[in-house]
Amino acid sequence: MEATSKNEQHLKKRMYWNKLIDRATPYIFISPFYLLFIGFSLFPLIFAGILAFSQWDGIGEIEFVGLENFLRLIGDDVFWLSLKNTLIIWVVQTVPMLLISLIVAYIINLSVIKNKEFYKTTLFLPYVTSVVAVTILFGLIFSNQNGLINALLQMVGLEPISFLTSPFWVRIVIAAVGFWQYLGYNMIIYYSGLAKIPNDYYEAAIIDGANKVQIFTKITIPLLKPIILFTVMMSTIGGLQVFAEAQILVPSNATAEGGSLTIVYYLYHTAFMQNNYGYGATISWGLVAIILVFSILNWYLTTRRIKGEE
Amino acid sequence: MKNNRLSAILIKGTLWLGVFFSIFPFYWMIVMASRTNSDIYSIPPVLTFGKELVKNIETVLTSTQFFQATLNTLFIAVVSTTLILFFDSLAGYTFAKLKFKGRQFLFVFLLSTMMIPGQLNIIPQYIMMDAIGWVGSYKALIIPGMVNAFGIFWIKQYCEGAIPNSLLEAAKIDGTTVFGTYWRIALPIMKPALAFLAIYSFMGAWNDYMWPLIILNDPEKFTLMLALTQLQGLYFTNYPLVITGTLLATIPILLIFVFFSRQMMSGITEGAVKE
Repeated sequence: MEATSKNEQHLKKRMYWNKLIDRATPYIFISPFYLLFIGFSLFPLIFAGILAFSQWDGIGEIEFVGLENFLRLIGDDVFWLSLKNTLIIWVVQTVPMLLISLIVAYIINLSVIKNKEFYKTTLFLPYVTSVVAVTILFGLIFSNQNGLINALLQMVGLEPISFLTSPFWVRIVIAAVGFWQYLGYNMIIYYSGLAKIPNDYYEAAIIDGANKVQIFTKITIPLLKPIILFTVMMSTIGGLQVFAEAQILVPSNATAEGGSLTIVYYLYHTAFMQNNYGYGATISWGLVAIILVFSILNWYLTTRRIKGEE
Repeated sequence: MKNNRLSAILIKGTLWLGVFFSIFPFYWMIVMASRTNSDIYSIPPVLTFGKELVKNIETVLTSTQFFQATLNTLFIAVVSTTLILFFDSLAGYTFAKLKFKGRQFLFVFLLSTMMIPGQLNIIPQYIMMDAIGWVGSYKALIIPGMVNAFGIFWIKQYCEGAIPNSLLEAAKIDGTTVFGTYWRIALPIMKPALAFLAIYSFMGAWNDYMWPLIILNDPEKFTLMLALTQLQGLYFTNYPLVITGTLLATIPILLIFVFFSRQMMSGITEGAVKE
């Protein structure tokens, strides 16, 4: 008698454990993400918040300085210069890139075009290359002394241009790197958006007597608007974080070179070259604030569109 | 008629111009890699292949840590891709197919973490790596990135559509454990989604620059992208060698793309273009 009750107890215990394990399993399966997030994102994020109010060279004591870093940021000409550079590079790169990629996507989507896969694949190719390789390549194409572009300029009797040392031109070259690399990426996104627009819409418009321009502006663009906004947002976030292009093209001293100093380059320089981690953290908060402003702007535009349609 | 022909030429012309600008830098890269240093000073510029390609490749591979850097990068990329595939697919599957309290909240939380810009984390994360002694170690490159919200989201979306619940129930009745069901039944079905995630993660690890630049300090441990910039510093007067290195670092990723281009492109658009 006693043996069976013991067995029963044992069985109960095991069932209890099995149930508990069953309950816990999903949490165990998803836990790596949350553990890593707490350890390597949340904790550093809080630390970044504290750092922004401190002075620290990475070795000595962390010294709390209150709002000093933020006041310095507001009055920091170099920071505003880096913001100006970043925005110029972003506009010069993004506006023509998105326009042209939309046009190219529109053309590839036309029914008369054969070999669509070939065009799509070829134009997408630059996207998979690394920004480092592309920048080195473009650095040589635009090189001051013997770059390809300057050789061509000299061939037709023009003066060579100091692409990499002139603040004006270096921004253009940095923008060109991104333009070349991400044109195909945006084109592919536009293309799949275009391909999903039902043909009936176009046919109906043609019956109503709409011309090609009207069809494009009245049907294609409005239906593509969410996708356009997506690409604008992605390009904005990417554009505000430009670093490698600038750092590789002008590796010596960014602050002296004017045009190539982007916000993230300035952040990198302050924190890791000058070991000023506190102020570096403040710069990164400045960057986050700017990204936030653009995101809210984008969000506002998106929701207004939806309200307008209803 | 005339108008039509003109627009046809314009359309084709635009496309071929696009193709030319996409391809030309690659072509020029091979041209430069096959030339001597003195060739590139000539005006008009050289635009045809030379005979120095093999010699340049030999120089790059032997005179620097380039070969070592390639192995290093391969190691980092393979390990982190494997870890990402495992942890992301496990979590994605769990969110898609297992029932548990707080699932909705945890998932929304996971998605919202994607909005935190990476740059904000770089300084404190570096300081943290320094504190735990991971600066200079691959652990700092691999561990923080071995699970990511994007991949989990991606797998979850795929599992919801691709894995029938009846199949999972049948496995349960047969006595398969929860993990066994994931491993033996769900994982094979996820293959197409895993393929995209694998290419995407591998490319990310292969091409990463800023974080390795901050973390690694020993040239022996440099990744390919760091070795490339180092090569530029070492041979800044010998452009063909720098370009040869760039070519060597680009070829593997191009090959992967050639084999998986369709998967890659449809994967990219999946995130942007919703029905």
